[in-house]
Amino acid sequence: KSSVQTIGEEQIQNPYTELLVLKGHQDIVRFLVQIDDCRFASAGDDGIIFLWNAQTGEKLCELHGHTHKITAIAPFSSSDVTEEKTDLIITASADRTVIVWDCTSGRRVQKVSCFHSTVKCLTVLQRLNVWLSGGSDLCVWNRKLDLLCKTSHLTDAGISALVELPKNCVAAAAGKELIIFRLIASNNGSEGWSILEVKHLVDHQDNISSLVSVNDLTFVTGSHVGELIVWDALDWTKQASECNFWDSSVHPDVQPEIKLCQSPHETSVQHLTSDEECVFAAVGKGIYVYNLQMKRVIACQRTAHDSSVLHIEKLPNRQLISCSEDGSVRIWELRERQQLPAEPIPTGFFNMWGFGRANKQANQAAKKMQENTPMYFLELVGDLIGHSSAVQMFLYFGELGLATCSADHLIILWKDGERESSLRSLTLFKKLAQNGDMQLKL
Amino acid sequence: MISAPDVVAFTREEELEDDLYREPPLPEEYSVPLFPFAGQGANPWAKVAGSKFTRDFILISEFSEQVGPQPLLTIPDDAKVSGTFDLNYFSLRIMSVDYQASFVGHPPGSAYPKLNFVEDSKVVLGDSKEGAFAYVHHLTLYDLEARGFVRPFCMAYISADEHKIMQQFQELSTEFSKASECLKTGNRKAFANELEKKLKDLDYTRTVLHSETEQQKKANDKGYYTTQAIEKANELASVEKSIIEHQDLLRQIRSYPYRKLKDSEFHPYEPECALDRADDQDPTASNPAEPGETHLYTHVPSYTPKLIKAKSAKCFDKKLKTLEELCDVYFFSQTLDQLHHIERTFRGDVCYLLTEQISRALLKQQSVTNFLFEDVSFLDEKPPEKQYRGCQGLGQDVVDEKCLEESLGPKVVISLGSYKSSVECVPIKMEQEMEDSEEPKMSESVTSEQQENLDYLDADIKGSISSGESIEVLGTEKSGSGLTKSESQASLPVSASPQAGRSKAGSRRTVSEDSIEVLSTCPSESLIPEDFKASYPSAINEEPYADDDEGGLRFAPRLNPGVHDGQDDVSKQESLVQVDAACCIGKESPSFPEPLGELGQKACEEDGVVRIPPQPYRPQEQGLRGGFPSQPDGLSGGLLPCELDPRYLTGGREVSKSSLDECSDSTSYISSAASTCSDRTPSPARGGCAAGDRHRKRAGQNALRFIRQYPFAHPAIYSLLSGRTLVVLGEDEAMVKKLVTALSIFVPNCGAYAKPVKHWVTSALHLVDFQKWKLIGLQRAVSPAGVNALHALSRYSRYLSVLDADSKTLRCPLYKGTVVARLADHRTQIKRGSTYYMHVQSILTQLCSKAFLFTFCHHLHLPISEREPEESVVSRRMNFLKLQLGLANEDVKIVQYLAELLKLHYIQEPGQGGSPLLRFDYVPSFLYKI
Repeated sequence: KSSVQTIGEEQIQNPYTELLVLKGHQDIVRFLVQIDDCRFASAGDDGIIFLWNAQTGEKLCELHGHTHKITAIAPFSSSDVTEEKTDLIITASADRTVIVWDCTSGRRVQKVSCFHSTVKCLTVLQRLNVWLSGGSDLCVWNRKLDLLCKTSHLTDAGISALVELPKNCVAAAAGKELIIFRLIASNNGSEGWSILEVKHLVDHQDNISSLVSVNDLTFVTGSHVGELIVWDALDWTKQASECNFWDSSVHPDVQPEIKLCQSPHETSVQHLTSDEECVFAAVGKGIYVYNLQMKRVIACQRTAHDSSVLHIEKLPNRQLISCSEDGSVRIWELRERQQLPAEPIPTGFFNMWGFGRANKQANQAAKKMQENTPMYFLELVGDLIGHSSAVQMFLYFGELGLATCSADHLIILWKDGERESSLRSLTLFKKLAQNGDMQLKL
Repeated sequence: MISAPDVVAFTREEELEDDLYREPPLPEEYSVPLFPFAGQGANPWAKVAGSKFTRDFILISEFSEQVGPQPLLTIPDDAKVSGTFDLNYFSLRIMSVDYQASFVGHPPGSAYPKLNFVEDSKVVLGDSKEGAFAYVHHLTLYDLEARGFVRPFCMAYISADEHKIMQQFQELSTEFSKASECLKTGNRKAFANELEKKLKDLDYTRTVLHSETEQQKKANDKGYYTTQAIEKANELASVEKSIIEHQDLLRQIRSYPYRKLKDSEFHPYEPECALDRADDQDPTASNPAEPGETHLYTHVPSYTPKLIKAKSAKCFDKKLKTLEELCDVYFFSQTLDQLHHIERTFRGDVCYLLTEQISRALLKQQSVTNFLFEDVSFLDEKPPEKQYRGCQGLGQDVVDEKCLEESLGPKVVISLGSYKSSVECVPIKMEQEMEDSEEPKMSESVTSEQQENLDYLDADIKGSISSGESIEVLGTEKSGSGLTKSESQASLPVSASPQAGRSKAGSRRTVSEDSIEVLSTCPSESLIPEDFKASYPSAINEEPYADDDEGGLRFAPRLNPGVHDGQDDVSKQESLVQVDAACCIGKESPSFPEPLGELGQKACEEDGVVRIPPQPYRPQEQGLRGGFPSQPDGLSGGLLPCELDPRYLTGGREVSKSSLDECSDSTSYISSAASTCSDRTPSPARGGCAAGDRHRKRAGQNALRFIRQYPFAHPAIYSLLSGRTLVVLGEDEAMVKKLVTALSIFVPNCGAYAKPVKHWVTSALHLVDFQKWKLIGLQRAVSPAGVNALHALSRYSRYLSVLDADSKTLRCPLYKGTVVARLADHRTQIKRGSTYYMHVQSILTQLCSKAFLFTFCHHLHLPISEREPEESVVSRRMNFLKLQLGLANEDVKIVQYLAELLKLHYIQEPGQGGSPLLRFDYVPSFLYKI
C-alpha cells in the first residue's frame, strides 16, 4: 500500500526514449554544472571532475587535482568583452583547497590552499567579477584568485549556502542564522573590496538547508524542520512563512504508523527552486508549489517519491522535474483543475500562517481564498528509471536532454529518441555525401 | 544468410524431432525395400562400389627408405573412418606421384652437399578401384641420417567425391600449404639442432683422433709411418672434410629465406617463435652434461659429444626418426591442429561448401547491413583467393632468375571466360611389376605419353588414365612451373613451343575394362557423352577424342620479357643437375635448385586449376557437369538432396559427441544417433567456424522447439527484433541456456562485436547490462542475491521482456504484426534445425533489406524543401513503412530499430567504439501464459 502516485508503462508525454550511460566516476556523483550550451561538468566524492559533451555523451576531459571529495562547484565564465571568452570552473574540496580549471584546455589554472576549513559553497558574482567562498568564514576573490577580503571566523557550522542579493549584498546561511553581508568597494583601489556584516536574521527554528533567490525583490529560505520563509531582498524582512509541511496531525488521511515514523528528515526542505510566480519546494518525499502572490501552497504532491526528494527544477513548459533518493526521476506537470473536485481538498494541509503560531482566522481566510481561486495539481507525466541508487542531481539541457547523476557512480543522459534518430539520419546523409556514396541514394 | 533455403528445404527430414512429429513406421509389407547393397550406414546415393571409407579423411604417408611407402597417421585418427580402405596401398599410390624436386647432393662446381629448399607439389589423383580421390600434397623434410638427408612425406585429403577435390582445390592447397609450412619450419629447426650436435661430435672426434695421431707419432721412432698411422691420418682427414660439409649444411639451413608469410593469421611457426623457443632452451643447455646421453635429437638440455665411428652405420641398421622427432614437437602439434582444422572445414558435401562460399562472397558485398544478423567472426575472414593474391604480390619480391625460368612453361589461355580444361593423360610410372601386370596397351600408353607428360605437365593437366591399377592424375599445381623435368630428360631440349603444346593438348582418355572414370571438369566434354558410352563395353581401346579447338586448354607462348634469360638459366640449371645416386632419392623426381613456390605469380597464373576458383558463380556449369552421363553412380556435382543433408550424413559417433555439448538438446539427438545414416561425413563447416555451424544448427533446432512449445513465441521474438532486452529467467541453468541459444538467432547485432547475448547471469542486472546485452539468461535463486535480481527485474521492467522458464510465462509488449508470424510459424513443416535456421535467416534478410531502404531513403528523414514542416516528413515516413514496405503495426518498430542500428553502424567512426545506446519505448507489457 503505497501512497506514491505511479504511472504505468505507457507514458505518452515522456519524451525521453533513449539513454546514454556515462561512466567514469568511482564514487557518488553529487554535482552537475552546465558550462555552456553543450558541455557540463560532473563532480563527486571521488574528487575527480569530468567534462562531458551533452549531445554525444563523449567524455571531454578528466580533471584531477583534489584529494578529497568535492564539496562545491561553480562555473565562472568571463563575460568581459576585452578578454577572449574562457570558461572556468571553480571547485572546492574537503581537502581544503579550491582549484580553478580551464574547461577548454583541461588545465589547472590555479590552486588555493590557504583555507582553515572546508569550503562548502561557492558563488560567483558575475556583475562584480568576483567570487565568494563560504566555509567557516566568507572570502571574496577576484578572477586572478587574489584574496580581496574576508570575514572573521563566523560559526563552527560554517556557511552552507550563499545567494546574491541586490545592492552588492549576499545572504549566507550559517546554521539557523541567515547573515546578510554587503560588499563595499574600498576607496583606495579599484580592485579593493571590503565586506561588512549587515544583519543577522534568526527566524528559523532549525538549520537552514536551502536558500534561493526568486527575483530582485524576493528570496526564499527553507529549513530542516520544514519552515519556508519568504524574505524581502531589499530590507531583509520576512514577507511570508509556511512552516507546517511536516504537521501531519492535521492530515486526515495520514495513517498513525506513518506519523510514528515521521522524522525531521522527512520534513526537511531539501531544495528550492522558483520561477517568477511560484516557489517549488522539495520537502521530504513531497513537492510543494508555493504561490508568491497568493502566499500559499497552490499544489502539492505529498509523497511524490518513495524517498526524499533531493533536487527539483522547473522547466519552461509548466513541467517540473524531481529526483529522489529512491533512484527515480519524475516529470510533473502543473495543471489547472477544470472544476472543483467533488471532495474538497483537505484544507488543513497547507495553511497559511502568519507570524508565530496558528491563527484560526487566518486559517479560515485561507480556506476562503482557496475556494475562490483556481485549483492546481501536479500530474505525473513520466518517470525515468535507470539509476540503481539515489539520484543526487540533474541538469536540464532543453532539447539536448537531461543529465542525471547518482550515488551509483553513473551519469545518465536521457534523450529524446525521435530527435536523436532524425539527427542521426542527418549525420548519415552528410557522411554519405562526404564519402561520395550519394549514388546509393537514388 | 543468403543460403538456399528453398533448395535445402526439400532435403530429407531429420530425425531430430520429437516423437510427436515422427510418423509411425509403415507396416513391413508396404515399405519400400531397402537398397539391396545397403549395409548398416550406407546411403543409396553414395558411390556404392567406390568408397570403402565412411567419410573424408586426411592421410599422412612417408616414402620410407627402408620399407617404402607407408601410411603414418590419419585424421581423424579413427579406424572406423578409413574402414576397409587399404591405406598401405593408397600410400603407395600417392607417394608415387611425387613431382617435387627433392635433391640433395654434390652439385658440380660445389664441393659440398647442397640443400635444396624444395617447393611442395600438389597433385590431385583418383583411384577407381578404391573409389577414392585425393588431393595430395608432397613435402620433403630433412633428416641428417636419411639417405640424401631427405625424407619425402605427403599429406593427402582423401574423399569419395571427386568434385569436391577439384572444386575445392585451391582452398585445399592453401590450407595444406599452411600445414606443410608449419612442418617444414619445425623440421628446419630440428635439422639445425641435429647438425649442431653432429658438429660437436665431429669436433670431439677430431680432437681424439688428433691426439691419437700425435701419440702414435711420438711412439713411432722408426722414421716411417705405420699403416695404422696412415689410417688414422686418413680418418682425420675425412672427419675434417665431414666437419666442413656439415658446417656448410648448417649455414645453408640457417640461411633459409624466411619470407614474410603470406597468411597473417597463421603464424604458429614464425621464425621469431622458433628463436624464442631456442632461447628458452639456452639457459638449460649450459647445465653440466649428462653422461651417457646418446640420443641426439631428443630435447634434452645438455649434450655430450661422442666419438664418431669412421664407418657410419648402414642404412637399415638404424631406426629412422618419427615425424614428430623430425619436426619439433610444438610444430608437430600445430600441424596436427591445422590438419584437424582442414578436416573440419572440408567435411560434408561439396554443395554445402560451395553454397557457403557463395553466400559469404555475397555477404561481403553487403557491408552496410551484413553485421546485423551474420556471424561476425566469419565476416572478418579473408577469402583464400585474396591470400593467394597477396602471396603473389609478395612473391614478386623474391622473384629471381629461377623464377623467371618457370615462365618458360606454356601458358594456359582460358577462352571465353568459361572454365575449360582439357583432359590429359598423365601416367605415372609405377613399380615395374605393376606395369607388367598391365595390359600391353597400357604400358604402351604409358611410354607413348611419357613425352607428352614431360612437356605438358606444366600446363596444369587434368589427365585420366583409367585402369584397375592406374592412377589418374587430375592436376598438379606444380605443373605450372615448367621445371618438372626429371633428370633423365635433362638432355632433352626444353620445348617452349606453343605448337607442340597445342597438338597434344586435346582430351585423351584411356579406358580399361576394369573401370571407367571420366575425370573432367570440362563442360565441353559433356557434348560427346554418347561416344563415350559406346566405348564402355570394349573399353580397352584407347580412345583419344582430342578436340583441342573446343576442348579446353590452349597453350600460348608467354609474353614474358624474361623468357630468354630464363631459358639460359634452365640450361645452366640443367648442367648443375648431377645426380648422386647415393644421395638422391627418387630418380624420377625432377630437381629444383631453389624454392619455387610462393614465387611467381606467373606460375600461379599459368596454373589452370589454381587460377580458376571453383567457379561458385556459375551454377549452370555445375549443372552441366552434374548432368554428365558417364557417371551414373552420382559422382556428379549435381545437388543430390541426400548429400545436401548434413544430418543425414552424420555418423552416430559425431552425433553423440555433439550431444555432449551443454546447450544441445540431448533428447533430440537420440533418434538420430540410432538412425541408419552415415555416408561419410558430418556437418560441413567452413572457414573454421565449425563450432559456429554446429551452434547454428542447434540454435535452429532449439528455436523450432521453442516456437512449437510456447504459444507466446511471437511477442518474445518481437521483443528481440525490436531491441528490447529479453531476460530468460529460470532455476535450471541448462534449460535457460538452451532457451537462450534458441532465441539467439533472432538477436540483431549492435555492431561488429559479438552477439549481444549473455547465456547465464547470476547477479542482479543493471541498466548497463541492457545496453550491452539484448538476450540474457538469468538465474532464479532463493538467496538474497536472487531476491535482489528479481527486484531489479521489476524495477527495470520497462526495458525488459521477461520469459519465465519455470512457470512458462512471458511478460512483454503486445505484438500484432505479421513478420514474426512468418518467421516463427508453429505449424511450420520445417523439421530440421539447420533448415529452420536458414528460413529465419532469409526472413531476417528481407527485414534487413527493408531497413536498408528505409534508412537510406533521403526524403524519408529530411524535408524535401526547407519550408516543409516536420510533420509531413513524419507522415511520409510512416506511409513509406506501412504502404511501401507493407509493414503492419509493430513490424514498423522492428524496421525502425534495425534502421537505427544501421545508422549507428554507418555513422560510427572506425576508431571509436559505438556509443552504448539504449533505446526504449514506453509501452505497456502484458503477461502471457501457456
